[in-house]
Amino acid sequence: MTTSTTPVVEMTGIGRTFPGPPEVHAVRGVDLSVRAGEYVSIVGPSGSGKSTLLHLLGLLDRPTRGSYRLDGVEVGDLPERRRAALRASRIGFVFQAFHLLAHRSVLENVTLSMLYQRVPRRERAARARAALERVRMSHRVEFSPATLSGGERQRVAIARALVTEPSLLLADEPTGNLDSANADGVLEVFDELHAQGVTLVVITHNDEVSQRAQRRVRIVDGHLSEVTV
Amino acid sequence: MRAGRIGRLGRAPVAWLRRGYATLRRVWRGLAGLRRRRMYLRDLLDEALAGVAARPARLALLTLGTVLGIAALVSTVGIGQTAAGQITQRFDEAVATRVTVEVRLRPDPDGTQVALARLPWDAPERLTRLNGVTAAGTYARVDTGGQRVSGRPVDEPGGAGRRDVPVAAASPGLFAALQATLRAGRVFDAGHDERGDPVVLLGRHAAERLGIHRIDTQPAIFIGDQPFTVIGVVESVGARAEVLDSVVMPVGTARARYGLTALDVVEIRTELGAAQLVAGQAPVAIDPNYPDLLQVNAPPRPGELRRDVIGDVNALFLVLGGVALLVGGLGIANVTLLSVLERISEIGLRRAVGATRWHIAGQFLLESGIVGLLGGLVGTAVGVLATVGVSAVREWTPLLDPRLAVTAPLLGALIGLLAGAYPAWRAAAVEPIAALRA
Repeated sequence: MTTSTTPVVEMTGIGRTFPGPPEVHAVRGVDLSVRAGEYVSIVGPSGSGKSTLLHLLGLLDRPTRGSYRLDGVEVGDLPERRRAALRASRIGFVFQAFHLLAHRSVLENVTLSMLYQRVPRRERAARARAALERVRMSHRVEFSPATLSGGERQRVAIARALVTEPSLLLADEPTGNLDSANADGVLEVFDELHAQGVTLVVITHNDEVSQRAQRRVRIVDGHLSEVTV
Repeated sequence: MRAGRIGRLGRAPVAWLRRGYATLRRVWRGLAGLRRRRMYLRDLLDEALAGVAARPARLALLTLGTVLGIAALVSTVGIGQTAAGQITQRFDEAVATRVTVEVRLRPDPDGTQVALARLPWDAPERLTRLNGVTAAGTYARVDTGGQRVSGRPVDEPGGAGRRDVPVAAASPGLFAALQATLRAGRVFDAGHDERGDPVVLLGRHAAERLGIHRIDTQPAIFIGDQPFTVIGVVESVGARAEVLDSVVMPVGTARARYGLTALDVVEIRTELGAAQLVAGQAPVAIDPNYPDLLQVNAPPRPGELRRDVIGDVNALFLVLGGVALLVGGLGIANVTLLSVLERISEIGLRRAVGATRWHIAGQFLLESGIVGLLGGLVGTAVGVLATVGVSAVREWTPLLDPRLAVTAPLLGALIGLLAGAYPAWRAAAVEPIAALRA
């Protein structure tokens, strides 16, 4: 299965060892390729290494072995400054705990991720509003996150991740803090984004969530395996 | 062998230089990165301001230390300056109201000093007509032609009773101009002066040396064989202490009996604050034709005098203010460190959306700098108000250097920056993974 475009994510033989004692092999021998526009879920029980894999994918951590190409660029050896720049431009994060700044408005929270990329000030508000439109949060632009429901907060966090037009949207247990109704709302947003061509990787321990994805990967004891439907 | 030794000696310093250079380059690249890459300085400022404004109650607590420190500094300096102004006015009155006029001297080719002009005999009358002059008198040393002074009419064998007591002449107004006090008797009057009466005043020390202890017996002293009636003894003088060692006769007496030809000096006492004015007018009043030939000695301008005093007063106050500021700075460092720990997840998020360690450090540094600046501004205002308040209660004229009001807030900002350095470094060291796990 070859495509004309380079994969967004291309991991070969990735391993991450945490020095002991005892030495922990959180991830070993992982080969993972994600093409543009794919919706992949990585599912596994707690302690299986999925958080470590997320940190590696998101350039928050460095592998101890193997090669990782993001958009065709080998990122394993890049200095921290370049990795921060790549994080800002190529990757959007969605966290279980939302991580919205409590004292800033919804709009300011979305604007935050454009801050470290020198997006001209004039463009920021318009782009943030457009991103909030995509997650159906236009009616809460000037609200404080404290007044929003959990599902709404997570949609704001998704808008914050989308606003920089990242190559890869990384979600870590995006519905972990939500009730089923709110979780459904967030997953619907993911479906819509997938339909719009956004590349999505969702990490979860929840089978229902993972089943929404077009492609499922299971991680157990640091080993990755494709799940065939 | 030799090359080997040099190589061994040279290795360690070279390694240090390399390491130092690498560190410098990293710091420089980080700073340069802040400037040109990915983030405008204005954005950093916005973020810092928002961070400061997010918790108003904490902000008040944070600034409190700097407010107190800067307020203490400004008010102590201000009150110090104000008080110094009062001190000079109160305690240096004797110095501040004395003006003297002498004749300029010019060295002659043969080495002697030649007076260029002569002080007129009626100088005191001319001067007392000036506004601001409260008293004026003339003074001159008298040459008795080798005749010595004695307290008894008859010489003891060998001239043992004779003393080398200096003899001087004064106009009646001199004693008022010197603010002299008398132990006994009275000063001479214009009549003594005009008639050339053989009367003298004795300085306190001269009276002791001549054995004159009481004057109600109308004692006499002798210069050569000439008797002079002692009409008073001078206890103290505000200036020209040589008077206390001398026998002082009226100028008229000195002219008539010893051929006094010239006056040495005119002593003038002015009203408070009039010394500068009188000093300018006195030479013209004394010698309208050649005022430039007279030399006037006047007290320094009040400002100059005040500045000297301020230095002493402020040293202590500055130490107090410095201690207060140190406490304030430690307070900022402490609370900022607390807020770094509280905002771990915010730091993690910022790192995840592309902030470098430098962005994080810069933001926290700027936040504490802003806190320091705010504290400095409020503290300066409080300090100025305190100075004005104390002055109002004491009925003083408030004095405050305007440069202080400008530099004090900047000092606050500097303290904020210094205090924020360690917390900023801690914030920069936060690992995003650990921060986001919460």
